[in-house]
Amino acid sequence: MDNVATAEHTDFEENTIAHTSDMGHSTATVSRDVRKTVGDIEAENPRMICRGVNVHYGDKHAIKDVSVDLGKNEVLAMIGPSGCGKSTFLRCLNRMNDTIDDCHVTGSISIDEQDIYDKSMDVVPLRAQVGMVFQKPNPFPKSIYDNIAYGPRIHGLVEDKEELDHLVEGSLRKAGLWAEVSDRLAQPGTGLSGGQQQRLCIARTIAVSPEVILMDEPCSALDPIATAKVEELIDELRENYTIAIVTHSMQQAARVSQRTAYFHLGDLIEVGSTEQIFNMPRHQLTEDYITGRFG
Amino acid sequence: MQATFLLIVLLALSAVGYYLGHHRSLAVSGGRISHLHSLPTYYGFYTVLWCGIPALVLFALWMALQGTLITHLVISGLPADIQALPSTELHLFLNNIQNMVSGNIVSGDITETMNNAAAHYKSLHSISGLLLTVLMLVLAIGGILWARKNIVPERRARNIVEKTVTVMLVLCSTVAIFTTLGIILSVLFESIRFFQQVPITDFIFGVNWSPQTAMREDQVGSSGAFGAIPLFVGTMLISMIAMTVAVPIGLMAAIYLSEYASSTVRAIAKPLLEILAGIPTVVYGFFAALTVAPFIRDLGDSVGLQVASESALAAGLVMGIMIIPFVSSLSDDVINAVPQSLRDGAYGLGATRSETIRQVIIPAALPGIVGGVLLAVSRAIGETMIVVMAAGLASNLTMNPLEAVTTVTVQIVTLLTGDQEFDSAKTLAAFALGLMLFTVTLVLNIIALSFVRKYREQYE
Repeated sequence: MDNVATAEHTDFEENTIAHTSDMGHSTATVSRDVRKTVGDIEAENPRMICRGVNVHYGDKHAIKDVSVDLGKNEVLAMIGPSGCGKSTFLRCLNRMNDTIDDCHVTGSISIDEQDIYDKSMDVVPLRAQVGMVFQKPNPFPKSIYDNIAYGPRIHGLVEDKEELDHLVEGSLRKAGLWAEVSDRLAQPGTGLSGGQQQRLCIARTIAVSPEVILMDEPCSALDPIATAKVEELIDELRENYTIAIVTHSMQQAARVSQRTAYFHLGDLIEVGSTEQIFNMPRHQLTEDYITGRFG
Repeated sequence: MQATFLLIVLLALSAVGYYLGHHRSLAVSGGRISHLHSLPTYYGFYTVLWCGIPALVLFALWMALQGTLITHLVISGLPADIQALPSTELHLFLNNIQNMVSGNIVSGDITETMNNAAAHYKSLHSISGLLLTVLMLVLAIGGILWARKNIVPERRARNIVEKTVTVMLVLCSTVAIFTTLGIILSVLFESIRFFQQVPITDFIFGVNWSPQTAMREDQVGSSGAFGAIPLFVGTMLISMIAMTVAVPIGLMAAIYLSEYASSTVRAIAKPLLEILAGIPTVVYGFFAALTVAPFIRDLGDSVGLQVASESALAAGLVMGIMIIPFVSSLSDDVINAVPQSLRDGAYGLGATRSETIRQVIIPAALPGIVGGVLLAVSRAIGETMIVVMAAGLASNLTMNPLEAVTTVTVQIVTLLTGDQEFDSAKTLAAFALGLMLFTVTLVLNIIALSFVRKYREQYE
């Protein structure tokens, strides 16, 4: 995985440089309209479908008419400068914005043909189905075991202690943390290192067997080695889950994702395969962002 | 009057000193601040320190010693026959002289000796005042001149000023500590006097409280009993009732305000709740005695229960209401201090709001909540006014909240109010009670601290 990522990385840098140099001649093919998303918003095998999503924080129009699909067994990376609305959009996908008082969401976001903003929708099973990993590792002030067991317990997923033990072990194994913590499950989760804490949070999310995992800059508080481990984990998780990840690191987006979406001031500017976005951006703003002209 | 005048003059001199010091520093540096070790302001304050501190120290010492010194001089100037009087009578005589000087009523006839002594006293007093004024002015002006002479560019004025400020801050915090120490010692010594008259075991383990001491041998009801248990049981009973009211209501109000209430509701409800804390306890007291207690008695009567007019229940309920804002605002603070990321984590896993509160927020905030509750308990135990008015004086040893009980604080109040002789076991008992009360609260605070620390380790 590491080798592949490095290869991709170098590839992308060479190509962008090459592309920039001949950019002067090819401006005619580059879009400059921010109101219309460039690229294919549809995924081949969609798991979640978002159409015409608008988010207002009081008077502020934070997300403007965004439509995009999250494909099955696919990592969708959302990139863009700070304040472009990518985290806000991510938080719409499991209704985490509900906890913010003056946040108002319109448009349709559906999973299994069920609109998640429908009145009949219960957020409790939704959040079990669409799990979330946050920017800062946030283990509960409980033991490692209880951190993992928390979700299964509140959703009544297990019948007895044995089954729960099994589930905790399985989740920790999937998050690649079992070997490191198997002998100290009773110790507080807050005592782990930053990278371990973040993998603990991922294990905690996996434990309720979600179908979609949302990650909000999961590596921004971690050192490079811990970041590499989490990225490796994301790649492995793709086999079983649909993943959407917000990141500030374009290298990370290039390494872990299959599709990339570029946000700019609340507009979804461009969506496409990661390879195409980084090698052949079709929108001027995307081009400017990935070549480091701003952002 | 003279003292105020002197202090104002000293202040004015300090201002002059500041100006001179500031000016001098610029003069010696040739107007180039960069040549000075410190900023000119520090040279100004350096001069103020030299002007003010020696003069103030002299002033304080003078004020402390002047009285004794003058009295001593007056006594030595008195005729031998009066000097030979017993100390109490001599004291009375001096008191009369002082009254004469200040123009108050003098007991007995005014004699020639008294007139002479008064004149002597008066003249000594004015000499002392004059001397103080002169000395202070000399010290202050001398200080300014000395500092001015000492101002050279290499003088480390900043270091000296900041060091002095540190010393002053240390002195201020020491005052608080020594006051506490002084209170403890005074209570302790009076208690020791009490325990010389009443055995300590009788006090701590006795179950009868009837604080009387006979003035004559054959007095009726001369038998006193100083068993503190009924008082402590009464205190605990009322505190327990208060906490049963305050902890659940306060905690739940805090949870509502911090987790459920919208910002507008919170902005209105929180100050309203805190108004409860602003009501004087004496108002709570008559609310308890005149409204709640009769209501409870009538309610008890209507269901066939015998309720005392001054029941522990009434006092406890009202005290509980008084404590609600303490519990709620302390809990509210610690609940708000729980990081948002923990809430997000729980919500992100599909926990409902109440699950998040019960399983994540309250456990994380528990040390703070326990600390707040124990603080409220100390307050309940030490609360006086409500129980004085609503709990009664009968020292019944009972756990029945419908009966009248009395508390430690009520007994201290009744033992010490009015004209009392301060050497009988009856009044000294108040100090022993105070000492016990202080010990209990101290132990409670130590337990609270260790509890908080234990949980903090677990959660950090």
